Amino acid sequence: MATTEEILAGMAEILNEVADVAPEDVSVEKSFTDDLDVDSLSMVEVAMAAEEKFGVKIPDEELPNLKTVGDAVSYIEKNPS
Amino acid sequence: MPLTTYVRPAGTRVAGFGHYQPSTVVTNADLIAQGVDTNDDWIQSRVGIVERRFATDESLLDMAEAASSKALANAGVAASDIDLVILATCTNEQQVPGGSAALAARLGINSPGAYDLNAACAGFVYGLASASNAVLAGQARNVLVVGAEKLSDYTDIFDRGTGIIFADGAGAAVVTVSDETGIGPVVWGSDGENAAAITTDPASRTLRQEGQTVYRWATGTMGGVALSACERAGIAPSELAAFVPHQANLRIIELIAKKLGAENAVIARDIVNSGNTSSASIPLALSKMLERGEIASGAPILLVGFGAGLTYAGQVILAP
Repeated sequence: MATTEEILAGMAEILNEVADVAPEDVSVEKSFTDDLDVDSLSMVEVAMAAEEKFGVKIPDEELPNLKTVGDAVSYIEKNPS
Repeated sequence: MPLTTYVRPAGTRVAGFGHYQPSTVVTNADLIAQGVDTNDDWIQSRVGIVERRFATDESLLDMAEAASSKALANAGVAASDIDLVILATCTNEQQVPGGSAALAARLGINSPGAYDLNAACAGFVYGLASASNAVLAGQARNVLVVGAEKLSDYTDIFDRGTGIIFADGAGAAVVTVSDETGIGPVVWGSDGENAAAITTDPASRTLRQEGQTVYRWATGTMGGVALSACERAGIAPSELAAFVPHQANLRIIELIAKKLGAENAVIARDIVNSGNTSSASIPLALSKMLERGEIASGAPILLVGFGAGLTYAGQVILAP
């Protein structure tokens, strides 16, 4: 079970890979769409990569609720596989 | 007692391709001028389309006929030699009759077997596989396979999920006997649990899609399908001369191509100038690539169709 820091670091890797986001720009309060320029299709890629990396399931219906990086980190912490 | 044994050829090949694009060009600016609430940057970054074609003067069968004539000419096959016509389409003007027999009559093909095939954006590959199967079983010798769509009849340009994507066009190919395997085994499958991801709105009869569901399915599954099709054909992705996936969305194309890893293949990106033409998209893109001399004769090409159903089919063919 990954720590919050590990999940955040993992998310930064994913965001860099999927959407060319600089790792130093990734912090919990950042909004995917407004701050990090991650659109709804990239969010699907982020979700799929997070599923693989953290062993969680993130259905499409959940994506609108994950507005910030912090939302995603909390979700992953609360829904281990 | 058993019936007569089938007389089967050793293999099949695609003898030629042809295509037709309607003349009316619709740019992103044209759609915006009509009141669609979007911008060029958004369309290009989200879907990859710069312009598409709408058949304002042509019917579905007009487009199918034009593409077919070119395919016959490029294949060096006479209309009188065709014994089966398969029309892959999901945009016939009516349910009854289907278009294949009428198309055959227009082309002067003499009473061939004829049927329509609806596998949406996977239609052309299903059609090609079905044509190859018919020839391999010794039940046809020269098959005309057409992917033709008039999606503009079923598109609400103001619909957020589909309005700027769909377009019109046709592509065709002739499948014939060969001494060798020129059309690899098909890898096909479906996901009926997600049938609702691409639908028709019953009131307006226009198309709708759940973009994220389709994106996840296409990017998550089609890379594996592409690799399987190569494996079943007995070639490595690095040996592919071309990769022609259904032209659904440029980002989907790039992601699947990345998973496939066909570093020597030219990748079809015809969506940029043609939009998403469902079953026409693969033969349209490929016919143009062949016309531009981008693929050597006899070189392996991977085709992967996927879309509404949800359904998919992939196979490797050798270039005519």
